[in-house]
Amino acid sequence: MTEWLVVLTASALALGTPLLFAALGELVSERAGVLNIGVEGLMLTGAFAGFLACWATGSPLVGMVAAAGAAMMLGALLALWVVGLDADQVVAGAALNILAVGVTGVAYRAVFGVTGAALTVPTFAPIALDGDAWWLAPLRQPAPVWVALALVPLVWLVLARTRLGLELRAVGEAPEAAASLGIRVAAVRVGALLAAALLAGIGGGYLSLAYSNTFVEGMSAGRGFIALAIVVFGRWRPLGILAGALLFGAASAAQFHLQAAGITIPYHLLLMLPYVLTLTVLAIATGTTAAPAALGRRRSECGPP
Amino acid sequence: MLGPAAVVAAALLVSVGVLAGAGADPLAALAALGGGAFGDRFALVDTLVKSCPLALTGLAVAIAFRSGVWNIGAEGQLLAGALAATAAAHAAAERPLALAAALASAVAAGALWAGLAAALKLRRQVNEVIATIMLNFIAARLVGFAVHGPLMETAGHYPQSDVLPAAAHLPTLGGGLHGGIALALGAVPLVWLVLHRTALGFRWRAAGDNYYATHLAGLAPARATMSAMLVSGGLAGLAGGIEVTGVTHRLFEQFSGGQGYTAIAVALLARLHPGWVAVSALFFGALTAGAGAMQRSAGVSAVFASIVQATVILALLAAEAPRFAHRRGRRRDDLAPRAGTAA
Repeated sequence: MTEWLVVLTASALALGTPLLFAALGELVSERAGVLNIGVEGLMLTGAFAGFLACWATGSPLVGMVAAAGAAMMLGALLALWVVGLDADQVVAGAALNILAVGVTGVAYRAVFGVTGAALTVPTFAPIALDGDAWWLAPLRQPAPVWVALALVPLVWLVLARTRLGLELRAVGEAPEAAASLGIRVAAVRVGALLAAALLAGIGGGYLSLAYSNTFVEGMSAGRGFIALAIVVFGRWRPLGILAGALLFGAASAAQFHLQAAGITIPYHLLLMLPYVLTLTVLAIATGTTAAPAALGRRRSECGPP
Repeated sequence: MLGPAAVVAAALLVSVGVLAGAGADPLAALAALGGGAFGDRFALVDTLVKSCPLALTGLAVAIAFRSGVWNIGAEGQLLAGALAATAAAHAAAERPLALAAALASAVAAGALWAGLAAALKLRRQVNEVIATIMLNFIAARLVGFAVHGPLMETAGHYPQSDVLPAAAHLPTLGGGLHGGIALALGAVPLVWLVLHRTALGFRWRAAGDNYYATHLAGLAPARATMSAMLVSGGLAGLAGGIEVTGVTHRLFEQFSGGQGYTAIAVALLARLHPGWVAVSALFFGALTAGAGAMQRSAGVSAVFASIVQATVILALLAAEAPRFAHRRGRRRDDLAPRAGTAA
């Protein structure tokens, strides 16, 4: 039993990390009032750019930097549309997701041809821990897992205890009031979106540089949307988001463990589990009082009633 | 303000630029694309066949968006429709009404899939963007389960269903065209009629334009949300039913090449107007057909079509930004069924 729990914890951490990165980023952007539907596309872009750079240089760290950079470029494009042009956030975000599928697919085919599927790259190695105590096993994770965990208190600190965080929350709750106090609403939102893109990109990079060692077209597989759900589940708080990411990590891990345990649920029904869980959790975590008041609204929709 | 034609031209230009940036020969790729879409009679037929599901899913998305519901789930509703049509066709075997049963099941399954998202939105305030996308993934896995399990071909070699009984095949119109194209063409004026000339359509548009005012006027916007989603899902489900009874004649994994997502671009390019959806579907159908040919002859991945779709949407948003803002200004309000994140 203990052994089983240890393995489950380890894989929940491993599978929850990309969700944690992306959801923490989404939290920052949503607290600033921007609903970033494009997380999925940003993750996919990060996964591809990370893979490409790591393949070219042999360094997963360089790959991770490229993942973040590429996602931020795409994030800047989204910011230009939703902040600069005041475009609808859902439509612009959906376009970004479609764009990411196209660009990564075309670029992958252009660089690696049709036979690229077998390509692998060096990855982040799990950190070395001496000893054979049972509780050490789940701690042997690659560095990005620990970075993600460290980000939880860091994001909380910035949001809850700094002037920047206060301004960011003000922009998400009452942009007009914030603007009247001299806060530059557009600048804060662009910054928040870039931070969200950075984290989503790293979450994507983790998929191709730590969780696996290759890139597959469409490998983000809906994780960006699950991250959106985790933010709701976590009630827009870092600690809640950590709990959500671990829950979803555990659910994804359960797929493999149930199978390994010889429980005869058809494979394709098990694959459904994270998505069904997302819907169930959203249906239970009802009520929106925790959501930033101006979330998803365009500037043209704000203003006094 | 840029017209849709200018938007398409700008989007194509940017997409070709991306192509050149990815190291492909843009002119050769474009020639292959055009040839595959309009080059000869077969190319034209392919374009029409590819446009058919896009017209129906495009109408589906247009209805939902006009009603103020973000139905990003046409993909899942199409798959649910295809799955139900396959199951119904095999159950009906060679009985006379097999085709009608298959198509009716497709409509019902698509409506159910969309209605699920609508119910979650109305009852539990679940954001319909996330709900419909999750249902897309669930539908894809359901199809995977079905073709590996209960609906797997009797030969048992490949994860696909048996060929549908002949009684459930859509009649062909000759030259590779199928009767579904007539159904899609018929749906266009019908949807326009409902949207613009009936009380139901008025409620949909009212709920989409100003949910709060609709509520104050006693027009029950929540019911408009539900009925719009049911009709929207039904149309997308029909698209899936037509694809399986008219084109593929069997179900398999990866059954949809993302038509449900392309539908968003189709509807937006048509500015959510049913009449223009037909034209817009033809454009994206040509793009899909051409991209397939381009992949075969110019070695450029067919997902290039996604780049064009995305740039079309972004160009439309840029061109329409001020007008959009004016028309839909203050569309959301406190009484709207607030979704998990955005209202």
